Amino acid sequence: MNILEVNNLGVQFSTQDGAVYAVNGLSFSLGKGQTLGIVGESGSGKSQSVLALMGLLARNGKASGQALYMGSNLLDMSADGLNRIRGNRMAMIFQDPMTSLNPYLTVERQMTEVLQFHKGMDRASARAASVRMLDAVKIPEAATRVSMYPHEFSGGMRQRVMIAMALLCEPEVLIADEPTTALDVTVQAQILTLLRELQRDFGTAIVLITHDLGVVAGLCDQVMVLYGGRVMEQGSARHIFGNASHPYTLGLLRAIPRMDRDAEHLLAIPGAPPNMARLPKGCPFSERCAIANAQCHDVKPALQLLAEGATTLRACHKNVDAVQAMHAEGAAA
Amino acid sequence: MNNKNDDLVEALSAAIEPSLHGRSPWASARTRFMRNKAAVFSLCLLCVITLACIVGPYLLPHAFDSADWEAMSQAPTWTNMHWFGTDESGRDLLVRTLIGGRISLMVGLMATIASVSLGIAWGATAGFVGGRVDAVMMRVVDIMYAVPYLLIAILMVTLLGRAFYLVVITITVFSWMDMARVVRGQTLSLRSKEFVEAARAIGVPTHRIIFQHIVPNLLGVVVVYTTITVPGVIITESVLSFLGLGIQEPMTSWGVLIHDGAQVMEVSPWILLYPGALLSTALYCFNYIGDGLRDALDPNDR
Repeated sequence: MNILEVNNLGVQFSTQDGAVYAVNGLSFSLGKGQTLGIVGESGSGKSQSVLALMGLLARNGKASGQALYMGSNLLDMSADGLNRIRGNRMAMIFQDPMTSLNPYLTVERQMTEVLQFHKGMDRASARAASVRMLDAVKIPEAATRVSMYPHEFSGGMRQRVMIAMALLCEPEVLIADEPTTALDVTVQAQILTLLRELQRDFGTAIVLITHDLGVVAGLCDQVMVLYGGRVMEQGSARHIFGNASHPYTLGLLRAIPRMDRDAEHLLAIPGAPPNMARLPKGCPFSERCAIANAQCHDVKPALQLLAEGATTLRACHKNVDAVQAMHAEGAAA
Repeated sequence: MNNKNDDLVEALSAAIEPSLHGRSPWASARTRFMRNKAAVFSLCLLCVITLACIVGPYLLPHAFDSADWEAMSQAPTWTNMHWFGTDESGRDLLVRTLIGGRISLMVGLMATIASVSLGIAWGATAGFVGGRVDAVMMRVVDIMYAVPYLLIAILMVTLLGRAFYLVVITITVFSWMDMARVVRGQTLSLRSKEFVEAARAIGVPTHRIIFQHIVPNLLGVVVVYTTITVPGVIITESVLSFLGLGIQEPMTSWGVLIHDGAQVMEVSPWILLYPGALLSTALYCFNYIGDGLRDALDPNDR
């Protein structure tokens, strides 16, 4: 049975300019020990979709669809019910470790809070469990560090503390919202290795949000590419990376800087992400797509299986060969 | 050999351990405050003044309300221990200044406690609840700012009589708004901080978020604003007393003494000089302490 099953998830915000649809028709399912990568530019709806799962949307936000955790819908659960699951069965790691810890409380206070609240542990055993978990995320001298304050930790160590905190109750689902963006490359690599090991040891399912495709390739089983709040392409990581057939995915892949090529300029997708309040009528990517035609501008492409019996989903009017051929041409030029 | 190495490592880590003890933001704020010479000096001076006001009158031979008929409007002198001189009724000015300080500081303390509590409660509620409640509560604050407080003070004193507690209430009613605004702003910004969201994400219920995570973060600002509120309150008391609306004879306060002194400024300037100097000194001290605390507690200056 799948631990997390999301069907047709949507997120709307009511703003002064009217309703803004930040996420539309997102579906995925996640089994034990699996990893899903959600990729997209800033403002593509990555974070909002997982915040909706955790019940952390801003006040003017509203989630629709279904998000089943072990069969019960997270979206219409009461705050009390959610509090029992959040941090306990489902945990989240935030983007910025510098601001995600309360500066006035020791790490111990913040970690034991989780255990006391969810497991009803007493202070001493909660402390022992916290120290064990800090050890597991490779914080040196965890037993003494645990009574220190967040400002006495480096950025990488704080992110480890956040990960340790998220894993304290051994959750089934771990949501990591760009866990490595605020960290430098070496620390990034350590954190990712750590996530992989923890997943192996605890069998946690991970939803990893990132705009770093290298991270996705290294860690994820499934990939979902979001643009303008819609799924552009979704499938196994192997297939998406080897056989990408959506112009946006290809653009993202081309934009990765490569050490082995002598390019003078970084290749970027032209234009900027769309204003979510004024999305194009047709395909959201049509304004920036090199091969868009009238149909792309006017009609929203449906998210369809690539072929009979395939597992990859794709939302594009153009056929696969045409897109890949155009792309190869563009790369050669 | 290997064992010996392990022992050495153990000993080394034991030696390092004390330096690894966590230092709270409060502890490092205290260290930074202690480094600020002006603030520490002000704190000591203020303690001396306060102590003198509390203990002084008991040690001196004169009572604050008994007249020395032999020495009326006496300039400061060593004879008969009239070190600050006497006023035109022959009452010892040193004792009166100390007693006045007692009253002024006490009014300052009580009105500050009351206005700070009111301000925190008001501002925090507005900030947490938000929306329409927030809008209404903050409009009330705006209205309070617009009311001319002297007019209301005169009305209250005329209608209700002149009592010590009325002075405190009058001052409180007109000095809590700054604190309310500051606390509201701080609460609003804290509410959207990532660690609050992170706490929600691990399932911490709202009331625990407020008391565990938001209140400790508010304290720094509250402490700083309190030290700024105290001198303001003392000045307000002095102004009220100067206008004859505050503390009544024979009881006295710095404001009353300054009022009396100002009337005989040309003939006996010391009656104005000593209480005035003490009041300014105390106010300077509060301001320097406030400055020191603000610098010490500034989270951007870790």
